[in-house]
Amino acid sequence: MEAASTTENDAIAALIRGYGIPAGVSDEMIGADGQLRPVWRPFLQRFAKLSAEDIARRFDRGDRYLRDAGVFYRQYREADSTERDWPLSHVPVLIDEKEWTQISAGLRQRADLLEMVARDLYGPGNLVRNGMLPTELVAGNPAWLRPMVGIEPSSGHFLNFVAFELGRNPDGSWFVLGDRTEAPSGAGFALENRVATMRTFSDPFPHGTIYRLAEFFRDFRDAMQAGRSGPDTRAAILTAGIGTETYFEHAYIARYLGLMLLEGEDLVVEQGRTMVRTVSGNKPVSVLWRRMDAAFTDPLELNDKSQIGTPGLVSSIRSGHLSMFNALGTGVLQTRAFLAFLPRIARELQGQPLMLPNIATWWCGSPKERAYVQAHSDRMTIGDALAQDLPFEVDNGTVIAGRFPDGSTANIAELLAAQGPALVGQEAVSLSTTPVHEDGRLVPRPVMLRVFAARTAQGWSIMPGGYARIGPRGDATALSLRSGGSVADVWIVADRNVPTDHVTKTESQFQRARPSMLPSRAADNLYWMGRYVERAEGLIRLARAYHMRLAEAGVPDDLRVARIAKYLESSGVDLDTAVPREILGHIQHAIRCAAKVRDRFSIDGWIALRSLEEEIADARAPLPGDEAARALGLMLRGTAAFGGLVHDNMYRFVGWRFLSLGRALERAQAMTRLLADFAAPNAPEGSFDIAIEVGDSVMTHRRRYLIQTNRNTVIDLLALDHRNPRSVRYQVSTARRLVAELPDADVNGELSELARAILRVETRLAVADPATLDTDKLLSMSRSIGRVSDMLTRTYLT
Amino acid sequence: MLYDIKLIITYNYAAPSMQARNVLRVLPLNRSGEQRRITGEVSFDPKPQERVDWTDFFGNAMTEIAFVQPLTKLTVQVQSRVERIAQAPQLDLSPTRPRLAQELADMPGLDADSPHHFLAPSPRVGFDGAITQFVGGILREGGTVLAAMRDVGRALHQEMRFDSKATDVNTPPAESFRNRHGVCQDFSHVMIAGLRAHGIPAGYVSGFLRTEPPEGQPRLEGADAMHAWVRVWCGAEVGWIEYDPTNDLMVGADHVVVAVGRDYSDVAPVKGAVRSSGGQKSRHTVDMVPLPG
Repeated sequence: MEAASTTENDAIAALIRGYGIPAGVSDEMIGADGQLRPVWRPFLQRFAKLSAEDIARRFDRGDRYLRDAGVFYRQYREADSTERDWPLSHVPVLIDEKEWTQISAGLRQRADLLEMVARDLYGPGNLVRNGMLPTELVAGNPAWLRPMVGIEPSSGHFLNFVAFELGRNPDGSWFVLGDRTEAPSGAGFALENRVATMRTFSDPFPHGTIYRLAEFFRDFRDAMQAGRSGPDTRAAILTAGIGTETYFEHAYIARYLGLMLLEGEDLVVEQGRTMVRTVSGNKPVSVLWRRMDAAFTDPLELNDKSQIGTPGLVSSIRSGHLSMFNALGTGVLQTRAFLAFLPRIARELQGQPLMLPNIATWWCGSPKERAYVQAHSDRMTIGDALAQDLPFEVDNGTVIAGRFPDGSTANIAELLAAQGPALVGQEAVSLSTTPVHEDGRLVPRPVMLRVFAARTAQGWSIMPGGYARIGPRGDATALSLRSGGSVADVWIVADRNVPTDHVTKTESQFQRARPSMLPSRAADNLYWMGRYVERAEGLIRLARAYHMRLAEAGVPDDLRVARIAKYLESSGVDLDTAVPREILGHIQHAIRCAAKVRDRFSIDGWIALRSLEEEIADARAPLPGDEAARALGLMLRGTAAFGGLVHDNMYRFVGWRFLSLGRALERAQAMTRLLADFAAPNAPEGSFDIAIEVGDSVMTHRRRYLIQTNRNTVIDLLALDHRNPRSVRYQVSTARRLVAELPDADVNGELSELARAILRVETRLAVADPATLDTDKLLSMSRSIGRVSDMLTRTYLT
Repeated sequence: MLYDIKLIITYNYAAPSMQARNVLRVLPLNRSGEQRRITGEVSFDPKPQERVDWTDFFGNAMTEIAFVQPLTKLTVQVQSRVERIAQAPQLDLSPTRPRLAQELADMPGLDADSPHHFLAPSPRVGFDGAITQFVGGILREGGTVLAAMRDVGRALHQEMRFDSKATDVNTPPAESFRNRHGVCQDFSHVMIAGLRAHGIPAGYVSGFLRTEPPEGQPRLEGADAMHAWVRVWCGAEVGWIEYDPTNDLMVGADHVVVAVGRDYSDVAPVKGAVRSSGGQKSRHTVDMVPLPG
């Protein structure tokens, strides 16, 4: 312990003066004796020395990290979803290692108990038969999945990764508010909170005494790898996709662990094996860390309305070829009413009481409990027995201290008599408070911890830390958390530096990961992202050319202005607004594609696309002519920034090739169409110049040709020149080189069908003569490029 | 009664389907004392690349098939010989409803034939206020469960009109009851919803009905396709009793059971995932002929 000087003590005293803990609750920073808990002292000593500006700067540093990393909080409303800033409360929750050791032991016991319950419910069913669990809580429970009964998980375990919701009682002891056994989220967010909080409290804050999180994740990843059925199979993460609230976290954790992020449609079952559809063919997967609700994973045997599942997945599990982490059906364990029975089951099956008690719960299906709940309803929450939610997540039918959430009074006796077995009563619990920095001072706010446990080679490993949810001001009951609030990092602090040997040892070894596989769906999204961004750029150029001519001519019926307008309209573009709406549409399509491959796409690229979208959306209807041309010019800088990132910074994974192919084929095809129109022999005067301008080749043209623009120079420069990146030839050659590097481009020394098709187009361009490359030939070439795209899709992307 | 039963289902796909995978429940059930499957075979044209046969949670025979090559047409043929043991005329030994509740409480368990599986809402059969109320008006105080089954079945048969065009396979019971029409699936789902809401375990049965009725009796609805009816748990003494609300009759030797479950979703004859850009057309014929002797 470092000896604290008087001035330091004074500074700390000043910092926590007026820290008013609500009556009857405990606090994380101040112990029951009213004294600062020792584990906080080193942190507060440094914190007390910071000026208001220092604090603001540090908090801002943490927030900036989160923004740059793309961590947002998604809110789903009925109509849309919005992203708002991640609500990080910068001051972490500090917990003494000695206390944590006890908590961890309690959680290990609980995890083991849940495993035993799962094994029984999907096996012999003794708990129900012997009256330890009421039959209706299982037989009438939608989370108990009958097709899984009798299937022994090939990993030997039902549970591999679980979470617990913890709170601290007024007497200082910890208790469990709920078990998360289906597909618990939050571990990735805990990691992000850790990084942001460490940046906030960098030097001179001591870090050596804080337990790191990396080892926990690495051990779990090792367990996943070890659980594979063979070295030729993979472990991956299964997500419900972009529609889920926690998709960002899935993408983040996939990137962090270096695992594929898969959706149901990426998978196909063949001869009992689960395969990923990749650009190199179907490849086996034998371990899936499931981040989606079990019922949706297989429309054939589970929820037949599911659109996001994989037909045959249950069959694959049954045949022993696939391990699900956690097993399908384990969600039944998080049924609220189970909390009423777990304490007794622990005594029965484990021969000892729960080390960590859970929230007092009474199932209203039996008369004695029903009477108790009725007699004490003023201190209870009464709700759905089969709910999977946490105690603070209440629906309209929940009765809190005798009232429904809308304020109306409930007739408890009537309710319990009519629906008893469908209801549970839960004690209205208090949570502890933890300091939050608000308006320049520390104030106490209610807190609840989500703690994670992973099954590793050494048994259950408890993440030394967690995901803290902090309620807004007001009472310190668990219910206060339902109105939202903030989140915080959790530090488990030792009184000495914690060993990091294990971390450094493995990290110092040089080891290349196996080349990752690219799922076809991801490749398809990358390909279309490339196409859409390029399509937007082409349209911006055309629209700009239109407005520049308009500014020059002053009237929209000028021949050249009308010509561009007609071309735009014929390609379905509406000129009602100066900046055509389709531009934003294309960028939004690109973003939708990018969102589906967040785990494979750089954060910078994502930010570039999002700011481009914002810029386009913000361009408030400029006046036609000069003003619009200028606005469109700015947008071109945005697309150029994106292009630069993709082409200068992105690693040349297979995915990059598909992104680049999208751009190349889109650009080549668009140019053939443009030339077919603007370089037509009967095109009005000035059309050639428009083509050159849209092709961004004004300067080059001036330098390359000694004569005025004519059809031959336009065709030569924009169709045949292999050095001009705007030309058809250049892009087709690029595409040909990219195709050559794709899997199976070369089959036994013979070019693939696709490689041959693109080579044919390139050859036609290489030997063409400007004078003979007429409109018909250009249009035929455009169709050929379209066929190449179809072929690419057939071969790799479906 | 001995039957030869032949079921043929054909699918025609507008565009070749890719990677089709299906689960079928089409083979008559073996149930001691009620029904014996003497022979039974499910065959496919073309032959699937994968085929696995097993039984599901409720003991129904399942066949899972998968095709790798694109399909334009698929024919499923089921050929079986079944002995149906007619249920003896029942003396009503079933309990009253309060007594039934006690019997249920006294027999905890999750075994496949436990009535507890058939009490709660299931994927296709939720509780509906109107159905609950309608059935509540029919149940008599102090009546037995068996009587309740007949009364409710008869009342629904009178209340609802058989209409093979009005509903489809996804119509919820609340809707078919509101419009008072439907096919065997709708009649059965409505009856199940009503009985369960009043604490009587009720399940769904899919099966076949003899094609030509015994002499002098009318041809029944549902004889030319797969049929559906209801099974009700009438207490520990009596057990499961089946009732056909579409035709308003106690199920006897004219019905052959294929599969039992909580509702249609547990027993659907063909569940399929077909990746195809176009639509599909299916045809489905049943021939159930009694053998002499």
